[in-house]
Amino acid sequence: MNFLDSYIYYIGAFGLILIGLYIILVKHNLIKVIVGLGILDTGVNLFLISVGYITKGTAPIFSRSGIDSEYMVDPVPQALVLTAIVIGVAVLALALSLAIRLYQHYGTLNLRKIREQKW
Amino acid sequence: MRRIISILLLVIIAFGISLSLAKIPFGVPKTKVGRHYINEGVKETGATNIVTSVVVSYRGFDTLGEVTVLFIAAIGLGAVLTTGVKGEMRKVQPASLVLYTGCRLLFPLILVFGTYIFIHGHLTPGGGFQGGAIIASGFLLIYLGCRERRISRVASNLAESLGGLTFVVIGLLGLAFGGYFLLNFLPKGTANALLSAGIIPIIYIAIGFKVGSELAGIIDNLIEES
Repeated sequence: MNFLDSYIYYIGAFGLILIGLYIILVKHNLIKVIVGLGILDTGVNLFLISVGYITKGTAPIFSRSGIDSEYMVDPVPQALVLTAIVIGVAVLALALSLAIRLYQHYGTLNLRKIREQKW
Repeated sequence: MRRIISILLLVIIAFGISLSLAKIPFGVPKTKVGRHYINEGVKETGATNIVTSVVVSYRGFDTLGEVTVLFIAAIGLGAVLTTGVKGEMRKVQPASLVLYTGCRLLFPLILVFGTYIFIHGHLTPGGGFQGGAIIASGFLLIYLGCRERRISRVASNLAESLGGLTFVVIGLLGLAFGGYFLLNFLPKGTANALLSAGIIPIIYIAIGFKVGSELAGIIDNLIEES
């Protein structure tokens, strides 16, 4: 139980990362591969946040004076993840636009069939 | 076969990761630099939201790079999707009355909310990236509800360019006044006031405009194409 209490966030984050990797490796449908990429992205973000967490932590914001700064969580991973989420959305949109073009060119989203076709 | 090899590979990766993760304790402070930002951040930057002071002030150069990544992704999407060939205009089915009225009612409120989020980025949770994403969601609602409407490409490009230019010019002004890029050369004011923290709110407003117009442009490109 103690083990789960202390490592459950790492396990969850890497569970998401491994699920995303598995989808990318195994699936043939391009849309599913892109979904796997999104899941992997979420897992990485969750891992970064959970590394910076402090037990009984609060957000690092001094919204009123006299807040105890002892239990504030590490702001650096939060700043990284904040930008990474927006960039993840943009990269996902770019991947989807490439998928649209591929579908228009080959008439299929199956990666194995695309590879068999002549260029 | 492929499946088995992939699962084997994942098991090996998981084993390696768990070996290294077991050494990292959970829930204890790990970095000295994070502690320094929390203890000295309000004094050094004037922003009470420490995450904002890290994003815009301590690692402002990093953020400039990430804004550039976003810009390149948006440009790449436009380049991939724009064919130059004018396809036949798709017949759009008008939205239902509920959606139409709801989006017209909600759109200004969403804009105001997004603006609030990025103007108060140095005081409360929020900032340019979040506010920009909220504003882009408002534009998405317009595309869903009023399907004939299109945002003006010129205005969107103008907002995007002005946002990026403001960021770079403020950084260069810091270089001119104090000798290094993105120096906080404006007075810091009192903490927890709206007009405080020097250049941080200005840069976050610029980022808000840039992210909002870029994400709205991405939505626009994807809807034009589909």
